[in-house]
Formats: sequence, structure tokens, C-alpha cells
Amino acid sequence: MNVGVVVFPGSNCDRDMFHVLSDVFNLNTHYCWHAKPLPENLDAVVLPGGFSYGDRLRAGVIAAHSPIIQDIKKISEKGIPILGVCNGFQILVESGLLPGVLLKNDSLNFMCEWTNLTVENNKTPFTNQFELNQKIPIPIANGEGRYFVDDETLDQLERKNQIVFKYDQVVNGSSNQIAGVCNDDGNIVGMMPHPERAVESEINPHDNKPSSLIFESLLKKMGVNN
Amino acid sequence: MSLESHELEELKSKIGREPTSTELQIVAAEWSEHCSYKSSKKHLKMLPMDGPLVIKEKGYDSGVLDVGDGYVITAHIESHNHPSAVEPYGGAATGVGGVIRDILSAGTRPIALLDGLRFGDIEKDQHAKWLFKNAVTGIADYGNCLGIPTVGGEVEFDECYTNYAMVDVAAIGFGKKENLIKNHAKKGDLVVLLGGATGRDGIGGSQFASDSLESEDRSAVQIPDPFIEKLIIEAILEARNEKLIHAMKDLGGGGLSCAVSETADSLDIGIEMDVDKVHTRESDMHSDEIMISESQERMLIVTDSEKLIKLQDICKKFRIDCSVIGHVTFDNKMHVKKSGKTIANISTDIVANATLLDLPSKKPIYLENIENTKSFPLLSDYSEVMLILLASPNIASKIWVYSQYDHEVGIRTVIKPGYDASVLRLDNGKFLSIKIDGNPKQCYINPREGAIGCFEEACRNVVCTGAKPIGMLDHLQFGNPKDPEIFWTFLESLKGLTDFAKDFDIPCIGGKVSLYNETPKGSIKPTPVIGVLGLIDKTPLRIQKINSGDCLIMIGNTKDELGGSEYSEYIHKFIGGKCPVVDFSDSKKNMNAVLEIIKTELIKSAHDCSKGGLAIAISELCMTNLIGCTVSLENIPGDKLDNDKILFSESHSRYLVTFEKKNIQNLEELLKKHNVTFKIIGEFGGESIQFTTDSKPLIDLSVDKAQKTWLNSLKEMVMHA
Repeated sequence: MNVGVVVFPGSNCDRDMFHVLSDVFNLNTHYCWHAKPLPENLDAVVLPGGFSYGDRLRAGVIAAHSPIIQDIKKISEKGIPILGVCNGFQILVESGLLPGVLLKNDSLNFMCEWTNLTVENNKTPFTNQFELNQKIPIPIANGEGRYFVDDETLDQLERKNQIVFKYDQVVNGSSNQIAGVCNDDGNIVGMMPHPERAVESEINPHDNKPSSLIFESLLKKMGVNN
Repeated sequence: MSLESHELEELKSKIGREPTSTELQIVAAEWSEHCSYKSSKKHLKMLPMDGPLVIKEKGYDSGVLDVGDGYVITAHIESHNHPSAVEPYGGAATGVGGVIRDILSAGTRPIALLDGLRFGDIEKDQHAKWLFKNAVTGIADYGNCLGIPTVGGEVEFDECYTNYAMVDVAAIGFGKKENLIKNHAKKGDLVVLLGGATGRDGIGGSQFASDSLESEDRSAVQIPDPFIEKLIIEAILEARNEKLIHAMKDLGGGGLSCAVSETADSLDIGIEMDVDKVHTRESDMHSDEIMISESQERMLIVTDSEKLIKLQDICKKFRIDCSVIGHVTFDNKMHVKKSGKTIANISTDIVANATLLDLPSKKPIYLENIENTKSFPLLSDYSEVMLILLASPNIASKIWVYSQYDHEVGIRTVIKPGYDASVLRLDNGKFLSIKIDGNPKQCYINPREGAIGCFEEACRNVVCTGAKPIGMLDHLQFGNPKDPEIFWTFLESLKGLTDFAKDFDIPCIGGKVSLYNETPKGSIKPTPVIGVLGLIDKTPLRIQKINSGDCLIMIGNTKDELGGSEYSEYIHKFIGGKCPVVDFSDSKKNMNAVLEIIKTELIKSAHDCSKGGLAIAISELCMTNLIGCTVSLENIPGDKLDNDKILFSESHSRYLVTFEKKNIQNLEELLKKHNVTFKIIGEFGGESIQFTTDSKPLIDLSVDKAQKTWLNSLKEMVMHA
């Protein structure tokens, strides 16, 4: 199974994500430089965190206009699983692949801390191994991580089961404590917290198993026995 | 901002003619204190700089340590005090950028940052608060954007920094030994300037930093652009992998003048360059401005014409500019042209090597009576004193600061900020433990013992994670060295550090001297900041949660040493008293004992006892574990002392070790074998922090209340005017 990790100028969690996919979950992982066409043989794509284009103008907005986004749109229509983490989530939102926007945290500060998530949708390619309402201890690290949607869209997200993760307490002022959402089809998932920072027990002071399920869900979806 | 008259005469006699205006600018930048270390260099040689793990290469700005299995660690520390005092956001951010490029220059990837911040009294002084807030944001915005975790540091407030800012940044790099850049140059090699465009920012920055801060010369402060820095890091590492770099140096203080002359001098070559080839931000820059601009995010690279093509491709990929500005010659001269005409032609040896000074020193008068001890009046409620200390800016939790720094990116951070030292995992299965410590209050009272104390404290911190100290970084920050009394304090600190480093076989692998740290009210207190790197071969101490019934051992003696303590200065407003003194023999024994009990996995955690003394150190254990503890003061090892001295003295070489009761016997046996002073001093349980004397409570403080006070105090101070 081939997974692509998209690299924009300023991406900085690409190497961490690559390590987790290839060394922890033994997947064939490929860096995909944003200026080159997306390889055609990919079975899943991850947009990692970082500060693409230095987060100028607004987080993710410049990368959302990169040519590779059109390729990602195309393969997403085929149902291929796509995960955006942190800046990757911001890029997916800015490119219209996911609903909503990401605003500055209500503290107005960058926040790096461990949070607890609740799984709200266990049907996506990245959550199918979770129990509903299962908790995930996981770190966030962002300045513009407050997910916001208007009431009408929020309603729609709830009806269509597009809310994937919620914080179990108020972290940054996001609408309904949302931490991650998916598209209507459920194959594109975006989340602000960093699963790649939580899957190894050595660096996870809490419990690394729940975060690992995000990647194990992908393996399950692909029919890979790890 | 120019040469002093005797230096001008010296320059004239060395080159045998009148210097051109460009030569004057180049030499003034390079002979500044900041670039030349002319006041300190003679004395810095006393520090031990060699060791079995130390790797030395020509022209490195960072120290290199071999950590085995073909891997190396690089480390460096720098400050950006003057710029941060004027423009804290940009000053602090570019301070981060500069030290990162020193790490990159060796061919290693920067993997961690630590920063030491010092400001005036934020409780009273709005300006100090403004400086603090903006310096933190500057560091956060720069380091976070680069994806280099800020894993540790320290923050301190003292009136001696009023209207001033101390911003120290240490950076750690990691890489394969075979990828280290072996700086060299061949005839005909090209000299390339890569990265950001040269602009009018930071003009004369190194001279600005080599003088007392009198005018707010904002043009001397550099403008940060972390995005370009990030692109440079990735482009350079790609070029390194392709072996396209013969030699490399970052552009820092002194700009091109310094980078070109020092590269040529260290490689024993000449460089001929043309200022017209430099890519600039503005079209009408004067050649002198181009030569001394300290615009950030620039690297000087020596390569050959064949490799240049590949290097240009890499730069194209990352969309960064790269200009061939000159070539290597063999006349050992720095030859600068503009439009084909020579504007400077001078021996690199003259430029890069200012005449070193041997400044006079004299013991300061203020020190004659300062170590007189003083007994403080008994206070009515020591629980209240504890709460006041826990809320005080120097002791309160720094979570408001480090939660703004991405300390997880890079997925190496095993022990995260907030503990004694931070621990990073390395690719060879080993772990690196790092900490920086300063203590200007103690260094003011006794510059020698205070500096040794900082060094020992940083060692204690890494030892608490299970790491053996393998290298030290020193950052010596003092006032105007031309004042013999200040220079004396510099020498005393340096001698102290040297004695400790030699006795403990910890080589100094890098450092920096920052002088002329003067505020409108006079010189800062002596502020050496010491970084210690420790290596853990197997596993670091996995800190386990303390439960009810667990016990507490104290290793090391508590002495009558309240001088420079937070208790003395914050509660009693008294500066003076006996400065804590490190007993080398006890220090070594205690370190070895703690390292061994960590290895045997008999303990849950080890914690250093420092700022705020024993009372604060035990409270920290209780607050981070949300559990109470009862400690009887009669059990504390050491001479019989007044209660406040036992509670708050900041004596060195002391450790608090927590463990499950069942391990008591094994632990005692081990500690006896090491012949260290120790005692079981308390047991965890309940919901309050209690210190008793004669079985009566002296302090009884709810853990919950203590924790809330400690965690929120600094944030409240910053957020509310």
C-alpha cells in the first residue's frame, strides 16, 4: 500500500508523519513535493502539519492554491482516504475540500498542550477501529486551531455525521468543541491534533494506543494486515 | 560606531596606508567586541575544551560531540540582548534564527532550542511586561514556524534588568558524523551567498551590541523571516546530502564582512568578491552598507563551478536566491570590488584578528561586606510565605511561556518542559538530556561560587533524568568590561567555571561572551548562563506518578546559605548573605549515587532542589502529582539550622528522590555504598503540603490551592495590567 505525504514549502511535520507511516506502520511512504504532480499509484494521502508558506495571509490559504491540490481533489473523488493534520487540515478547509474555517485560538496564543478527544464518528477510514465516544489523549500545537462554522452548517455537519472528533472540554473556543471533521463522503478527514506525535509510547506520557487506532483504521480500510 | 582612535592608528600601521571607507567599516565591524571577543579571548583559553567525545573542525561556530554509532550532536548558545531590549519581538526571533544557522553550518539538522529570558520586575514595571510578552511571542513565532521544538529554558525577573532584556538561545543539532561539513576550499572555488536579500536592517548591529545601550537604534535590529530560514535549512541539508558544500558559514554579527574574513582566515585562503553581485532588498544600497548589513537568513557557501549548478537547482526548488559573489584566491586577502573597482583589499588575518586586550580587574567594593549573614525575623505564618513564593514570578510555573512553544514537533521530546531537564531521543537509541541555568542573584553576591552553582545546577538537572553530563555551553554576560570591577566579576566567574569543568571532566564545547550589558541604572548583575548536555545510553528515568504511601529521600546537606535566595530577596527584600557553595567532592558523590539509583529502577522520580529551596522543591512534587506530603524538618540532612534556613536555603548538590516503600532497603544500601548523606524525610499522602517541627505543623497548605496559585500566577501577571 502506498501513502503520500504532501510537502509544501514550510511543512514541518512531514518527516514526523513519514516516520510514523513507514517505520511504525510499515507502509510504503512517499514524499510528494507540492510542485510536482501527485503520483498516480497512491492509496492514501496525508497532508502534514507545519507552516506552509510561513502561514502568511492566513494559515493554509496559499498552499490551498498550489497545483497539487487539484490532483488531491481528483483522487478524493475516487474515494481515496485523505487525512489533513493541523496545517494539513487548514489547507483542506481553505481549498474547500472540507467545510468551515480555522480561526485564531480564543487565547490569541499558540497553544502546545495535551488534550483529550472523543470519537464522534467511527465510520471514516481513519476512525473505523474506534468505539464511538472513545477517548484519545493527543497533543495540539497551533495558533489558528479554532474550528468555526455557522449554525446552519453546524446543523448540517451533525445531521450528516461529519463531526469526527471533539475535545472533551473547551480548549480553544471552537464551535461545539470540534477538533476534526470529514467531508460528506467521509473519505477526507481533517483534524487539528497531531496523531503522529502520540502513537509511540516513548514520547506519549499518557496512552499511545488510542492514537495508533487512527492509522490502524487506515490499514483496516486498505485491507492491510500489519 | 567606529574604530577608536588608537585602533585606527593600529590599522594604518598594519596596512601601511590610509584605509578606504569600506575597509574602515569592515574592520570596525570585525574588531567590535561582539565579533572579536577582544576583551575576553585571552582568558577564555583557560576553559577545558577537549574531551574524548569532542570533535573539532575548522571554522565551526558550534561545538560537536560524538554520541556514538556514527552520530554527532552539535550545540551552541548565543544571546540577542541589545536588540531584544529595543525591539523584543524581532530581537528575540532573530536571536533564535542566528544560533540555528550556527548549527546548520556544521551540516547538522537543528533539533531543539532552549531559551533563557531575563527582564525587570514584571509586577511593577509595565515596560518589563511588554518586553517579556513580546520576546516570548518572537521566539514562539520563529521556532514554531521552523518546526524546531523549544524544549526548555528558564525565565527570571530582577530589577537589575529594568529597561533591558536578556534573551539567550541555545540550539542543538543532530546528524551523521560523515555528513559534517569539513570546511575546505580549492583555488578557483566560488563563493556563494544564499538566502534572504541583503537589506538595510541590522546595519552596524555588532557594534551596537558592543556598546552600552544608549540610543534606541532600531535600524540596528534585524528583521525576522522564519519562512525563509526554514527554506534555507531544507535547501542546505539537501545540498549537504548531495555533497555540494566545501565550506559554509552563517551570516551573523558583522554580516558579510565577518563571514568573508573569518571564512578566509580559518581556511587560510583569500576571497575576492564584488558587492554588485549581492542580491539586495533595495537598489540604492551603498557598498559599505552591503558589507556590514546584518540582514538575517543568509549563508555563505564555498563550492566549485560544477556543484554550483546542482546547488542552483536546489535553490530554485525552494525559491530562494543564491548569488555567486566571488571566488577563492590564495593571497590571504579579502578583496572587495564594486563594478570592477577595488574598494577594499586587506589581509584577512588583520581583519579577523583584532588585537586582544588584557583589561585590568579589581575586586568590587560592594563585595567587601555582602556575604555577612543576617538572621531574618520570625514570620507569623509560613504557609502564607509559601503561597507568596509560589505566586512570585521567579518561582511560579512557566507553563504560560512553554505552552506557546511547540515542544513536541520532531517527535523526539521524551521528557517535556516543566521537569528538571528535557530529554530527546536520538536515532541511535540513546537519549540527550539538556538544561540551561543561570542565577544572577547568587552570582552578584559571589561571582565565582554563583557561576559554579549555575553549572552544578544544570548538571543536577540532567542527572535527575538519568544522564551523565558530557558537555557544557557557557554564556558569559556582564556589563562594561572596561570597568575593572566588572571585569573582575567576569574573571572570577570564568575561573570558577573552569575549576568545575576540569574537576568533573566536562569540556566546554561552545559559548559566547556578551559584554556591555548596561541599563540606564548601571550594569546588570553578572549573568553567566550555563547549558549542560547529558547522554543516556539506555533509557531515561520514566517519571512515574507518586501515590499515597510513597516515600521521599533527600540526598545532600542543607546549609546556612540563604544568600541570593528567593526567600531572602523576594520575602525580605535583602540582597546579601552567604552564597551557596558547591563542595566538589560531595557534588560528585551525590551525582554518581543518583545516576546509579536511576539505573536500578528503584525510584519513581528524582528532582533537583534549587530556586526557593527545599520547601518549593517538595511543593513542586506535590503540585505536579496532586498529592500531599508530610515532612519533618528535624530529618533534613545538614547542620541544625533555623527553620527558615532549612526550608528556603538554596544549597547545592541536593536531590529529592521518590520511591515505593518496598524499595526502601535496597535504596538505603545503595546510597550507603556511595557514602552520600541522605535521609528519608517524608511520606506522600493526604491533600496538604505539611512541614512539621517538633511534631507541630509549621506549614500546612492545601495542594489544590498551592497548585492553582503556582500554575496561574504568571499568566495573570502578564494578562492583567
